[in-house]
Amino acid sequence: MWGIVGQRACRHGSSAMSLQGTRPVIHALRSFSTAAKEMTVRDALNSAIDEEMSADPKVFLMGEEVGEYQGAYKITKGLLEKYGPDRVLDTPITEAGFTGIGVGAAYHGLKPIVEFMTFNFSMQAIDHIINSAAKSNYMSAGQISVPIVFRGPNGAAAGVGAQHSQCYASWYASCPGLKVLAPYSSEDARGLMKAAIRDPDPVVFLENELLYGESFPVSAEVLDSSFCLPIGKAKIEREGKDVTITAFSKMVGYALKAAEILSKEGISAEVINLRSIRPLDRATINNSVRKTNRLVTVEEGFPQHGIGAEICASVVEDSFEYLDAAIERIAGADVPMPYAANLERLAVPQVEDIVRAAKRTCYRSSSLAATA
Amino acid sequence: MASAFSATAKFAQPLPLNTTSSARSQDKLSPPALFDPFRTSSSAATSPFLGSTRQLLCKSNRPLSHRRSSSSSAVVAISDVKQKKPKSSSNLLITKEEGLELYEDMVLGRSFEDMCAQMYYRGKMFGFVHLYNGQEAVSTGFIKLLTKDDSVVSTYRDHVHALSKGVPARAVMSELFGKTTGCCRGQGGSMHMFSKEHNVLGGFAFIGEGIPVATGAAFTSKYKREVLKEPNSDHVTLAFFGDGTCNNGQFFECLNMAALWKLPIVFVVENNLWAIGMSHLRATSDPQIYKKGPAFGMPGVHVDGMDVLKVREVAKEAIGRARRGEGPTLVECETYRFRGHSLADPDELRDPAEKAHYAARDPISQLKTYMFENKLVNESELKAIDKKIDELVEEAVEFADESPVPDRSQLLENVFADPKGFGIGPDGRYRCEDPKFTQGTAQV
Repeated sequence: MWGIVGQRACRHGSSAMSLQGTRPVIHALRSFSTAAKEMTVRDALNSAIDEEMSADPKVFLMGEEVGEYQGAYKITKGLLEKYGPDRVLDTPITEAGFTGIGVGAAYHGLKPIVEFMTFNFSMQAIDHIINSAAKSNYMSAGQISVPIVFRGPNGAAAGVGAQHSQCYASWYASCPGLKVLAPYSSEDARGLMKAAIRDPDPVVFLENELLYGESFPVSAEVLDSSFCLPIGKAKIEREGKDVTITAFSKMVGYALKAAEILSKEGISAEVINLRSIRPLDRATINNSVRKTNRLVTVEEGFPQHGIGAEICASVVEDSFEYLDAAIERIAGADVPMPYAANLERLAVPQVEDIVRAAKRTCYRSSSLAATA
Repeated sequence: MASAFSATAKFAQPLPLNTTSSARSQDKLSPPALFDPFRTSSSAATSPFLGSTRQLLCKSNRPLSHRRSSSSSAVVAISDVKQKKPKSSSNLLITKEEGLELYEDMVLGRSFEDMCAQMYYRGKMFGFVHLYNGQEAVSTGFIKLLTKDDSVVSTYRDHVHALSKGVPARAVMSELFGKTTGCCRGQGGSMHMFSKEHNVLGGFAFIGEGIPVATGAAFTSKYKREVLKEPNSDHVTLAFFGDGTCNNGQFFECLNMAALWKLPIVFVVENNLWAIGMSHLRATSDPQIYKKGPAFGMPGVHVDGMDVLKVREVAKEAIGRARRGEGPTLVECETYRFRGHSLADPDELRDPAEKAHYAARDPISQLKTYMFENKLVNESELKAIDKKIDELVEEAVEFADESPVPDRSQLLENVFADPKGFGIGPDGRYRCEDPKFTQGTAQV
């Protein structure tokens, strides 16, 4: 795991982004201070929601099993005891209904956090996410904004079958009026969740079930209650100069492992953690590709019309002359997720696939082995 | 809670468990005159439930007739009460001022919609336009009882709801013409009327979509009072929707949650018997929508939606109930739309006899008759109102005509409340900070 110390050093040295007027927290930290504390993504999310709920009484939580059950994945543990049933609402199994209720409450200035047990269930409520949340600010010409957060686990878990494993990043990211975030580490989870709750627009917050239990080091700055990450900025997790690998959510971990393997073979990979799917940080991606001249996009979802497709199009439009090799897209298999464990492993990208793809862009391998 | 709806049309209370008949046991709450849905009365104001279906029933011997006669609840129509009382103004349902206000609002709705039809056929209005002719009593009867803080949520047939709530006619007309002076700057259109100032929360194209949003607005009212401790927060939300919507899942989900959490909302069903070309009877297993309220634990009321005074009586009770914190109510207004579903609908499936039957019960004429009979107004006062509304609507059209169309730069505006939502541009700065951001093509 790339330590927090190393990450700060990278950012210090990177000249890729020079945002004026964005939050100073990113540039402020120069000292590599005390030994980093570790925090799981679950605790990061819990603490972020807790702090925002205590800071603003208009924030409330709504979803199935968020209260007495302490959260289907225990993300909302302890919140019912702390804030009471008026602010942590256990709903009946009525996604369309309670999502719409959240949107209606947001019209009047409350700040709901609507939890979907998984984003697969959001399909029952997608009419409200798109039509009454995302489009309302536009249809009302700015009169009615919708400061709502839709959160929940997204993408494949382990052995849960086809109807519980789809990745919805590209579905929501294609819709104007929404902001779509996908955190990876605990720092991402805390910072992006706080930014999402404070944001006046509808935010789709895509978590990952398998990441909930993973621990990441967090600095004191991240633990501060006013810590926020900007929406629309990607993070360069690892600097490199030979090939750019973009990923989000769980695939960032895989990409980092792949980068380790590649570095032993002499290929220096730059790993970009997208963090924000909509708006996509095209500037960072393009600047990175202009530096390395090669690109591999990694995602867990279905390949057609996916995030990788959008990144490819963006790079081809903006940095065509800089590309030395065709862009490689690594995505999930173009099939509904199978149940059998070995088939599931084949249907989701693995570290070896990323390594192979990166080598192909560097012309180190000539085989046309199928990407998983 | 007992006599809340006793003076009006049929109503059904949520019963304790183990009772099967819907309302027999409620007889003791209302006067004993039973209303037989198949008996026509001499006054045009009373009429059988689902008037036109009498023909269908005679033709097809459906079990519906059996079911209805066995479950008819105790009812006294307002007009029966009126006939029994002496003609003294102290017993009237409205004062002169209220009567004039109601009349003006209904005439505004009617003239506005007629003008919309004209403008559509002249090409000034385009897309989908759904007119409200014939249903004015429901909008006026309910919305004129609301304060400015109360909210209204509607469907695509929302022009008159917006007008009744107070959105100026010129703003609505400009919106329909797609001009930048419209209530949504031309970005919403006929089906998406929003007004923050007047608490009109839309305007939704999908049926059933507005119901959860309305429930959320009601939830906010309760949340503000209980969690944020704002003591005066008692605003009520009205959700208007049609008979077709009552078969949609979201409707039932919201009936459940509104009753569960006792939200200050009134669900107003504008049952005009037709969903485009689909008759309510062909689409619904039990067409008596008001009965669906008690199944979820709230009272269900059926009222004659062509009579603004009856609607107003029911509305007073329902809104009062919600404001007092007693929870939601389901009100079914039997009404009729004189025109087709939209201006593009040839309206061939409806029986002309049915249309004539309801045209004879035009809410505006009924109110006029009532006011004349009770000597509340004279002819000239009403004519003055007619003239005033005509001028208002004409002026609205002129205003809309002369207003400018939106600038190109308006295309990208208002997508996000926080415009940084468009992300980072190639120069590393937020795109919205680029002065040329909204010019040029829509590429972002």
